[in-house]
Amino acid sequence: MKLWALLCLLGLFTLPVTAGVQVGQSAPQISLPLLAPDTSEVLRLDSLRGKVVYLDFWASWCGPCRLSFPQLEALRQELGPRGFEVLAVNVDEFAPDALRFLEDLNVTYPLVRDGSGETPAKYGILGMPTGFLIDRTGTVRLIHQGYRKSDGAALREEIIALLGDPAP
Amino acid sequence: MKSLTCLLVVLCLSACETVQPWERGTLAKPEMQWQTDPMEISLQGQINASKEASSGGMGAAGGGCGCN
Repeated sequence: MKLWALLCLLGLFTLPVTAGVQVGQSAPQISLPLLAPDTSEVLRLDSLRGKVVYLDFWASWCGPCRLSFPQLEALRQELGPRGFEVLAVNVDEFAPDALRFLEDLNVTYPLVRDGSGETPAKYGILGMPTGFLIDRTGTVRLIHQGYRKSDGAALREEIIALLGDPAP
Repeated sequence: MKSLTCLLVVLCLSACETVQPWERGTLAKPEMQWQTDPMEISLQGQINASKEASSGGMGAAGGGCGCN
């Protein structure tokens, strides 16, 4: 009996830290409030079903995130009419930090906020920023960690390939 | 057996906490730094180098005169 207790205890040390979303899996549901000063409106991920969605987790203290915003905005401007959308999830502890970050960025895509860390934990984020490219059926097709200037072109190719897939 | 149990209990008492990627902003806060004022560190380094008649290891050049 004691041995069992010990084995169980040892088992606790070997538990995986995070069991995140993998490529090929269905994107877990998100239902989060919009990141805006005076609104309580909630946006659901499944309201974007039928579109190719780039789900971007970001924070105001993250340098590469600042780099990704103009490129994601440009991609959205270019490919939006063909069915592409960006949904950015802010994970800052305090909303004013995020709003200050956005002041000098011209972002027109939807921004939501999760200060509790629940959503990034559910998705198993390992670094900031992390993006999940979700196809029209709601399946994760690409996980993109970090962001460099040169990543935009490769991402564009991936999005275009997914936009070519027939809608469900 | 007893000592092994003790070891496991001690391991469980560890205060280590994994900082999740989305919580790393907390580590960048001023209160999380060893020294909050970079100017203060630089000044202390200058004084230390001149009083000890040596420099180096602090990223500042000089011969110990305290004049650079």
